[in-house]
Amino acid sequence: MAARTLIHVPPNPKRGEVVEIRATLGHPMETGYRPDAEGRLLPRDIVTAFSCSFEGQPVFSAMLHPAIAANPYLAFHWRAERSGTLLLRWEGDRGFVHEERVTVKVA
Amino acid sequence: MRPTLRAAALLLAGGTALAQSAGSDGRRSGFDDMSPALQALQRDDTQNPGQLWVREGEALWSQAPASGRACVACHASATLTGMAARFPRWDDKRQRPLTLAARIDQCRVQHQQAAPQGPDGAQVLALSAYLGARSRGEALRPDGTPALAPWAARGEALWTQRLGQLNLACTHCHDQRAGGKLGGATIPQGHATGYPAYRLEWQELGSLQRRLRNCITGVRADPWPPGADEWLALETYLARRAAGLRIETPAVRP
Repeated sequence: MAARTLIHVPPNPKRGEVVEIRATLGHPMETGYRPDAEGRLLPRDIVTAFSCSFEGQPVFSAMLHPAIAANPYLAFHWRAERSGTLLLRWEGDRGFVHEERVTVKVA
Repeated sequence: MRPTLRAAALLLAGGTALAQSAGSDGRRSGFDDMSPALQALQRDDTQNPGQLWVREGEALWSQAPASGRACVACHASATLTGMAARFPRWDDKRQRPLTLAARIDQCRVQHQQAAPQGPDGAQVLALSAYLGARSRGEALRPDGTPALAPWAARGEALWTQRLGQLNLACTHCHDQRAGGKLGGATIPQGHATGYPAYRLEWQELGSLQRRLRNCITGVRADPWPPGADEWLALETYLARRAAGLRIETPAVRP
C-alpha cells in the first residue's frame, strides 16, 4: 500500500504571507528495541529524514530518531513569495522514500 | 435549569458540533476530560492522526476490488450521513446484533469476495473510520428493535459483573469512580462515542472491541475470544447507554 499522508498547506496565501505547513505521515516508527510476542527483537523501521523544498530551494528539514512516536507530525512556517510547487520528502529504513507535491498559488 | 437557560445551552451545544457538552443528565464524553492539547488534536482535521484512516477509507469506498463491486456502486453517498449512528443493528438473517465493522466485513465477503478481517483489519478499520467520520456530530441513536433487548440486558449484566484477579466490574470504575484518577489518568465514564479511535497508547487506530479487551486484561481477566457474543452484548449495551451523545469518530484518546 502506498504511504498515507495528511498535508495541510493554505492553497492561496497572499504574497509575502507566512503560512504554516503541517505534514503527517502514516508510519509505524518501529524503534528496534521492542520484542514481539515470541520475544524476538523487532527490526528497526523508522523514518530518518524529512525535507521540504520549494522549487529546489530548501524550506525545512529534520532528522528523526527512534524515540519519535508513530505517524510523525511536523509543522513549520514558510514565507510564500511566489507561486510554485512544494516538494515534501520522507526517507527511512529499508529504503523507504515517499514524496508528495503540493501546488501553491500566491494570490 | 430554567427553560430559557436550557434552550440557550442546547443552542450552544448545537453550534459547536464537535465540542461535546455534558448533558443535563451528567453524561460526559471522554473528550470532556482530556487535556486542552489533546482536545485540539482531535478537533483539528489537519492534525488528527485518525484522518489518515478516514482518507484511506474514503479512497477504498469508491475503489473497485479485483473481483466484485466497489462500495459506492451500491451505497449512494447521500445515505452515509448518520448511518454509523444507528449501529449495532439487528441482523434478521443471522438473528444476532450487527456492528458497523461486522456489517462492512459482511459486504466485503459477499460482494467483494474478500476474506473477513474482523474489526481491527486494515480495510475494515479504514472503512469504519470513514463511515464514522461521515456521522460526526450526529447523536447516537442505536436500533431499538425488541430482539436486541436481551443482548443489551446481557451486556448490562456483564457491565456489572466482577471479573479477573482484581475482581472489578466495568461499573466500579466507569460509573462509581468516573472523574477520579487511575494512576495519572482521569477515569472516563466509558461512553463509546469516538470509535474507531486513535489511542496514543496504541499509536494507531483501533476498534471498540480492542478497547474493551484492554480493560478486560487490565483487570487481569482472560478476554473472551475474538468475535465472542460477550463483546457484541457489551457493544449493544454501551450504544444504548451512550444514546443521544454525539459521534466523534475518529476520536483521539490518551
